[in-house]
Amino acid sequence: MSEDRGTSRTLSRMRPWVLPRLDRDGVGYQTLLLGGFALAASALLVVGNLLTKGPISKREAEDLRASLEQVIPAERHDNDLLANPLMIPRQSASQSPDSSPNSNRASSRHGDDRITVYRALEGLDVTAVAFETVGQGYAGPIRVLLGIGADGRILGARVLAHSETPGLGDKIEISRDDWITAFDGRDLTDPPPERWAVKKDGGVFDQFSGATITPRAVVAAIKSGLETFAAQRDALTASAVITVETSE
Amino acid sequence: MTADLDETARERTPWGRIARDGLWDNNVVLAQMLALCPLLAVTGTATNGLGLGLASLVVMLASGLLVSSLRGLITPQVRIPVFVLIIATLVTLVDLAMNAWLHDLHKVLGLFIPLIVTNCAILGRAESFASRNWVAPAVFDGLMMGVGFTLVLVTLGAVREVIGSGTLFADASLLLGEAMGFLETTLIPDYRGFLLMILPPGGFLALGFLLAGQRLLKRLPLPKRRAAIDSGPVAAP
Repeated sequence: MSEDRGTSRTLSRMRPWVLPRLDRDGVGYQTLLLGGFALAASALLVVGNLLTKGPISKREAEDLRASLEQVIPAERHDNDLLANPLMIPRQSASQSPDSSPNSNRASSRHGDDRITVYRALEGLDVTAVAFETVGQGYAGPIRVLLGIGADGRILGARVLAHSETPGLGDKIEISRDDWITAFDGRDLTDPPPERWAVKKDGGVFDQFSGATITPRAVVAAIKSGLETFAAQRDALTASAVITVETSE
Repeated sequence: MTADLDETARERTPWGRIARDGLWDNNVVLAQMLALCPLLAVTGTATNGLGLGLASLVVMLASGLLVSSLRGLITPQVRIPVFVLIIATLVTLVDLAMNAWLHDLHKVLGLFIPLIVTNCAILGRAESFASRNWVAPAVFDGLMMGVGFTLVLVTLGAVREVIGSGTLFADASLLLGEAMGFLETTLIPDYRGFLLMILPPGGFLALGFLLAGQRLLKRLPLPKRRAAIDSGPVAAP
């Protein structure tokens, strides 16, 4: 630290403050300075935001579409998955007694009481839906995108975001482990509700050595997603009414 | 360095001294002990360290440039809020621009970019160097401090990654593109991992050894300085 100060002092002697001296110690100057900088900073941020808004939302839509394509097979739909999403209230199937307190807490903590449901259409028939469900993991919420066929079976699940321990809990990512594919083809009756848990809790799904909370949270999130679907199945799979889009 | 002595101050800027300070003598982490929060948080792998290092480097360069060119305007009384404002604006703009135009990189680094605001080293350099110097040395200082910081981040990340998971530069292709995929190596196949090193306590441990090692290296070739340091506190009163 002291060496550093020495260097700086030498350098400042070489090139002293150059601009004309206003009444720099006055309150007015300080106020103007601070206000001016705040104004300039805000203006820059506004410009930056305007410039990047379009590209960012485009990139994010691309990301979302890529994730949706992973949980809903392309042959299941002939529409743009992002078009005409449904907004439905987030609620579990009539608070069934066996739904673990864990999953309830997870969804209520997320705070959102509405979820966006993306629909896969063939003609006007809904063949599958995809929406996000959230579980409370070891180190924070785990966001899972869940694709469910109209028959209530899981088409695919992918973890969108999590903050679990690297090397332990991150096996829920498809890029690290194929654990998450164990849910493909399952529904609320397969396995039966009381077996919708990790093996340690008497269920059918593997946990990871050293990490039980993470897979438990994912199982709970997916189960609660299935319950949401079951509770609102009619609304979700009703033939799509397309009001505006008549492109072809 | 052998420039004419009657040249202006610009020619006499001690470039070598600035570089030495940034990389070693006054390194952000090793000597100033700043920026430990982002350092410990992201150095689970060498790749993450490199990512945060590069992002910090950009912000340090830009803040050096801005602060030193605006230093004539800024008075000492309000300098800190102004510097904070400049740095926060820069970081936000970098974040937005990367998200828009380098989206894949942003997916990997996005998490770290807001952390740069918490990097007190940048404020420290704005305060102690950029605000007292001409633009070129300030930018050069930002560059050297940034490179020094990046080197420490990569070293610490590499140590923790090798001991913790037996790999080196895992996922480097996500950060640097497919061309750099060759960096991804598995040093210890079938390694079961040493979780402690990946978790935050491992960061403290590795940092401790790194600092001890640097102190040792600093002392070895200069026994005189060691004597000076040892007698320093006694002479203080």
